[in-house]
This record gives sequence, structure tokens and C-alpha cells, in this order.
Amino acid sequence: MRRSLIIGGLLSAVFLLAALVSFVWTPYDHAILDIPNKLKTPNGTNLLGTDHFGRDILSMIMVGARTSIAVALVAVGIGMGLGIPLGLWAAARSGSWLDELIMRGNDLVFAFPSLVIAILITAIFGAGAVNAIIAIGIFNIPVFARITRGAALSLWQREFIMAARVAGKSAAHISVEHILPNVTNLLIVQGTIQFSLGILAEAGLSYVGLGAQPPLPSWGRMLADAQTMVSIAPHVALMPGFAIILTVLGLNLMGDGLRDYLDPRLRVARV
Amino acid sequence: MLRYALKRFVSLFISLIVASLVIFFVIEVAPGDPASFMLGMNAQPETLASLRAELGLDVSKLQRYLNWAGGLLSGDFGTSYTYRTPVSQMIAQRVWVSLPLALYALALSTFIAFPAGIYAASRRGQAGDIGVMGATQLGVAVPNFWFAMMLVLIFAINLRWFAAGGFVGWDKGLWAGLHALTLPAIALALPQAAILARVMRSSLLDVLGEDFMRTARAKGLSARQALWRHGLRNALIPVLTIIGLQFSFLLAGSIIIEQVFYLPGLGRLVFQSISARDLIVVESVVMLLVFSVIVVNFLVDLAYAAVDPRLRSRR
Repeated sequence: MRRSLIIGGLLSAVFLLAALVSFVWTPYDHAILDIPNKLKTPNGTNLLGTDHFGRDILSMIMVGARTSIAVALVAVGIGMGLGIPLGLWAAARSGSWLDELIMRGNDLVFAFPSLVIAILITAIFGAGAVNAIIAIGIFNIPVFARITRGAALSLWQREFIMAARVAGKSAAHISVEHILPNVTNLLIVQGTIQFSLGILAEAGLSYVGLGAQPPLPSWGRMLADAQTMVSIAPHVALMPGFAIILTVLGLNLMGDGLRDYLDPRLRVARV
Repeated sequence: MLRYALKRFVSLFISLIVASLVIFFVIEVAPGDPASFMLGMNAQPETLASLRAELGLDVSKLQRYLNWAGGLLSGDFGTSYTYRTPVSQMIAQRVWVSLPLALYALALSTFIAFPAGIYAASRRGQAGDIGVMGATQLGVAVPNFWFAMMLVLIFAINLRWFAAGGFVGWDKGLWAGLHALTLPAIALALPQAAILARVMRSSLLDVLGEDFMRTARAKGLSARQALWRHGLRNALIPVLTIIGLQFSFLLAGSIIIEQVFYLPGLGRLVFQSISARDLIVVESVVMLLVFSVIVVNFLVDLAYAAVDPRLRSRR
């Protein structure tokens, strides 16, 4: 399905671009209050309307995209940076106590839903974007460890790995030189999925006040602010919601499309 | 089977101990002493010391962990720092909101996902399949708390079919209680239903390609009969695993959904306790959530092994 790759890629690109452009230009200053102009429905001057402080919603969404993308991106980075080496290591020592320890540790982290991890971290260090990143990132580690180990295990049985072992290469050497390049496609696809989950998680955490704190704009907090006004000005809640949905949808479609594009064997058996 | 169950039980026990250690010591490194937080900055040292003794804060960390963990085993979760009531009592009140909500959502998501998944699998590649799959893509992308706000806007504010928030309590009758939990349960169930429908579809498609399905057709069953009699039963195993895993997402999700609907459940209890630095309540609720996730996964593993003997020998 080349189509989902294109649609997903375009949607993701729009929001990435919006986040990047917001560094140099937004239609209005997202932080400027203009109370007389509050709760305007979408119109010619404010394309997506204004919120209860008269702030331009389009500008806030553009700046909020920065927060969402940054948090999700770093969280995926943490998950990959720690999860992939752990998975490779576990697979190289498959069946040993080390493998068992890594996998049991993974199970343990899985027992803490990311929100619960976030609650724990907030209870200790307080709420904030950095702590949200850590919470989502910790949850990503076992995801990548598991998927890397699973794929690496079957690779270890293959002849070309046997050849490398006969040639006298160490397990660490083989893992980096031969196993890792062969699991990259899988990791890229999983990366897009975790990226979209990270955006949803960040929105949820900010919504309950555990994520980005004011004045840092975030989609989740825009929704939290909109909650009390949803009956008088639905657009205040609709617009950030659409931003989240379209971004996540775009990333998921792109992940699906990438999977099919990178591995034609999977084209038939897709979830 | 017994050997396998015993082995899994030992690892369940170890997981619970490790989880409790992690939760306790992670929270214990938190800066700020609950006693001085409660008394404010101008407290007398003597008052502070006596309060610390009363709260059990004057003994070593290890001793406090043992007190706490031992208490958990006997159902005594300690005393809340702020309310001075037993934590077990506070949790017991809240659990009757959060648990029914999670189960209600689980039931809803299953009822939506099964027909949708079966329908999509039986219409593979046709318009119906593409429609259902498109809907699930959307379902996964919608944040459930935003969906909850939209439900409130449409069904509570505009149509006035449901209350916009709050919980009447089960003493008003089962129907009234369920009625109050309906919108939250729908919001909670949406993304899970989308995921479950996709798993149901792909699992069923895998089974439909098996030899025994061809045999079933060859002995004269119609496609529909073969699907219902032989296909579904075999497709259910991966689906059940996912349902087990979803339980943890539902519990965690209900923490956020409770905020949208102002439901007096465990989630609100946790947030109130965090802001009041009532650490013992936070510890106990988090432990309870993690405990239920670990136990549910343990039960799913056992059920899985009971259904499929091949799994018992694998580990």
C-alpha cells in the first residue's frame, strides 16, 4: 500500500513543518492575551479562532506541535538507545541468566503502564516536560528490547552468522556488524508506532497536569483548558483534538506504509 | 500443567516483591518530609518528632518497607497522612468506581471488536473490510480523553441523555450506577476496541488459511459454518492474550478518564494524594494497580497454557 505511506508521510510532514516554522514565524504571538477578542470562532483573521484569553489557536497549535514532537522523539530515542543494546545482548546470550534477567526486567517495566510510571516520577520530582519524557521513554525500553531480541534470535540461527562465528568474530562484533543492520527496518517501523504513541501519551499526561507546564504550550493542556468551555465554544476543544488525531493518524499510516515498503514479505500478513 | 503453574507462580511472587521494592524506594527518595509538609514551616521540633513517630516515619527505611509490605499482605495498607483514615478504607471506596468502569469498558470493547473483526475478516479486501480497518485506524488515533469530552458535549450537554460527570453511587441501584459509567466506559473502550478488532481480524485470517479449514469446507460445511465452528475457536487464543494485556491499559486509562468525568475513583485519589504529599496512599494505589496487572497477566498465561499444551514445555 504505497498510498498509506504517501498520505501518512504528508500528514506527518505538515505537523513537523508546523513545529519547525513556529520557531521563526507564527500568525500571532501564541502567548499574547487579547481578552476582548476571546472565544472567537474560526474566521479570516484567526483561522482556527481564539481561546478564552483571546490567544490565537493556530499559533498555539503550531508551538504545541514542538512540545509534542520533542517529547515523543526524545522518548523514542531513550527507548531505542537502551532497548536495542539490551535486546541484542539478550539475544547474543540467549538462554543464559543474563537473558533471563533482561527479559524479566522487561516484564517488570511492562507491569507499570506508562501513566503509572509518570505518576511515580511526578510524585517524586514534580510535573514537567522532562519528567514526561522520562516516563514515556522508560516504557519504550522494553518495547524495543523485546522486538530486537525476537528478531535477533532467529538471525543467530542463520548460516551467515555461523560463518561470522567460524571466522572468529566476537558476539558483540556480530551483533553490531551483522545483526543490527538486519533488524533496522523492523526498528524503524516500530519507532514510528512508538512515536505516535508517545504523542498520545504526552497529550494525556499534559491533560491531567503531569506533562508540560505553563507557559510551555502543549496540545494536552489546551484541551484541559478547553474542558470547562466545551459547551459555549466547542472549537477550542475541537482544534487541538484534530491536531493530535491527524498527527497520530499520519504517523500510524506512515508506519504501516513503511513496513510494507521495507519488507514486501509482510504485505500479505498485516494486522 | 501443575509444574508449569508452580513455576509461573514462583516468578509471579518474585515480580510482586521486586515491584513493591521499586515502588517503595522510588517514592522514598522523594524530597520533602510528609510530617513537616503537614505541619508547615513553623512547627515545633517536638510536635514534628511526635507526628513522625505517629506516622511511623521515625524508623529506618528498611523497617518501614517491611512494615508496609507486611501490612499489604494482611490487607492493612497503613494510615493516610492527611485524612488519618486507613488507606485500605479509602481504596475500598474508590475501587468500586474504577474496577466496574474498567470491566464495563472491557466488555464494551469486546462486544464491538468481535463482530467488527469477524466481519472484516470474512470480507477480506472488500469495501466492508476497508471500512472497518479505516475506522480502527481512526479509533487508535483519537485520544480517549478528547473523545470523552466530545461525548459529554453531544450526549450530556446537548441531548441530556447522561450526566456530564460525577457518580451517583451503587446504593442508587445497579442501573443508575451503570448509567453514570456509560459515557466514561465508551470513551475508555474506543481505542481498545480498535486494537482488538484488528487483532481479531488478523488472527482469524491466519486461521482461515489453515489446512483444517479446507478440510472443514471439503466435508461439506458452508464458509459460514466453518468459520463459526472451527475458525473462531482457534482464532481466539491470541485475542484472549490481548484482552489480558488491555486490562492494564484500561486501568491506567481510567485514571485519565476519571478526570474528565469527575469520577471519585482511584485516579482522582492518586492525584489528590500527590498534591497533598500523602505518599503512603500513592504507594498503595500504585502497588494495587501494578499488582492487578501482574496477576491478570499471570492468569492469562495459565489460561493460555491450559488451552494450548505446547506452551507448557516451551520455557
